[in-house]
Amino acid sequence: MRKVCLDMVYELAKQDPRIFFIGSDLGAGTLKQFKREMPDRFFMEGVSEANLIGMAAGLALEGKIVYVNTIATFLTRRCFEQIVVDLCLHRANVRLIGNGGGLVYAPLGPTHLAIDDIAILRAIPNMTIVAPADANEMRRFMPMTVDYPGPIYIRLAKGNDPIVTPEGPFEIGRAVPVRTGSDVLILTTGVTLKPALDAAATLAGQGIEAAILHLPTVKPLDADAILRSASIVPAIVTIEEHTLMGGLGSAVAELIAEADFNPSKRFRRIGIPDVFPDQYGSQASLMARYAITAEQLCATITELLSPATPHPGLH
Amino acid sequence: MTVVSRPSTVHPTPALDQRSKELRRTIVRMIQAGKRGHLGSAFSLVEIIRVLYDEVLRYRPTEPKWPLRDRCILSKGHGCLALYAMLADKGFFPEAELWKFCHADGILGGHPESDKIPGVEVSTGSLGHGLSIAIGFALNARYEKAAHRTFVILSDGESNEGSVWEAALCAAKHRLSQLTVIVDYNKQQSYGSTFEVLDLEPFADKWRSFGFAVTEVDGHDLTALRSVLTRLPLAADKPSVVICHTVKGKGVAFAEGNPEWHHKSKISDEEIRALLIALEASAS
Repeated sequence: MRKVCLDMVYELAKQDPRIFFIGSDLGAGTLKQFKREMPDRFFMEGVSEANLIGMAAGLALEGKIVYVNTIATFLTRRCFEQIVVDLCLHRANVRLIGNGGGLVYAPLGPTHLAIDDIAILRAIPNMTIVAPADANEMRRFMPMTVDYPGPIYIRLAKGNDPIVTPEGPFEIGRAVPVRTGSDVLILTTGVTLKPALDAAATLAGQGIEAAILHLPTVKPLDADAILRSASIVPAIVTIEEHTLMGGLGSAVAELIAEADFNPSKRFRRIGIPDVFPDQYGSQASLMARYAITAEQLCATITELLSPATPHPGLH
Repeated sequence: MTVVSRPSTVHPTPALDQRSKELRRTIVRMIQAGKRGHLGSAFSLVEIIRVLYDEVLRYRPTEPKWPLRDRCILSKGHGCLALYAMLADKGFFPEAELWKFCHADGILGGHPESDKIPGVEVSTGSLGHGLSIAIGFALNARYEKAAHRTFVILSDGESNEGSVWEAALCAAKHRLSQLTVIVDYNKQQSYGSTFEVLDLEPFADKWRSFGFAVTEVDGHDLTALRSVLTRLPLAADKPSVVICHTVKGKGVAFAEGNPEWHHKSKISDEEIRALLIALEASAS
């Protein structure tokens, strides 16, 4: 997915002289073809992320479309104020490409785990947040970033992620219906579409039909699609590779809470609890540690749909 | 014991002429209208802004986004009262806006916003942002082979920010000779003296070592400012920095160098009268 994303930046830049690229201190050879062919639009500016953002804003305010790439935590945590003031307040056409969204950098520890990136950026007006599920979705999405107004955060996954998205046009801010079902609605963003599909297959074997609505765009959230899909099921579950505080689950909870469904919906969120991950290992092992898995989805849904589970609305 | 020499904070102050006094009177009236404002930070800046807008910058008040304009970012956004007085003087917006400073229905806030105010290039207020944005402007001008120049005005307290020095490295790396940093070095920040809060000295040497062509000037001496700002760049292959030695609150004896006047809120009519009288009494 990362490779496709950067390859697309190169391809788009070849077609559009407004496109610039700024990296911090990326791996040797990153976008070398871009650098060779369009050296006056390629910048590698060192470990100075705050400066990168301001510089990108300056170029964008002059009419350029600037793709900035570095590790997601350094973009979102270190540069928060530059993103708020330089990019979002000015509606600058800067695209932040965050490497290692979620638990990708598990072996590198908590400084590199972007488990709060979506929550951080969701709070900022004018920000758009997109987390594709796989390389194919990234390929459909990237051309949409050229003329889209305002800043965009692009959350990259690990790479070689399984291809799970259905073909079809990508529209920023639009949910992607992946599966229909009337027993439960699973809402996903980024790579959690895969465990959702696996869980739906397992549940189908048990006679439970799960709908899946994939939300590559977390902000602006496709509220209409979510509420429409939610209206026809008794239970809703979100699953995300992100802290439970402020990400997709929170955004959906806000919607559901104010939707006044009658009868009310059963609702659960699956994600990372309010902790700094305390193990290394791999993305997969940390996903398992925090139960961001198909198995947990099945268990949560089974429990939610069980008549024995007390429903708060019935008390 | 090593004795560190400090640049003098008290130097012979050039007399303020009628235009410099009038700009300051406008600032005082804005503070009266808004009942608040960064007086000291604006007063130290008046001559810098005046020379820039009277004699250096290319711009069109009736066409604020004129592509060939020189870009000027007031990175020390809290000095905006000086900029507002000048932009109104030049006709970027009606003078009546000045008297709605910080009002709910006004366009002029305690920090400048580019989407509200014609002639304001970038919204500032949080310090340490302007230089990086200016680098983006200057790189774009180079890419477009455009002749316009980029200026960015920093404060001394702002130069505490690490982001300023990240940007300084970057500007020097790209040899942005069309970029000029102007520092309003009034040697007072909010809490007190810059030497006590976070010393910047040796300030000129720092900029020099970061790769800038450096000059220092009395920031209230119109002739000296004119002489420097009309012979930019200072070097053909480096960004320039003009360190302007200024006096915070310049023009009002009781406010000069007095941290109490960095920012005032709930200012009384009596204080306004005292400011206007002191301004009139200052050397001319």
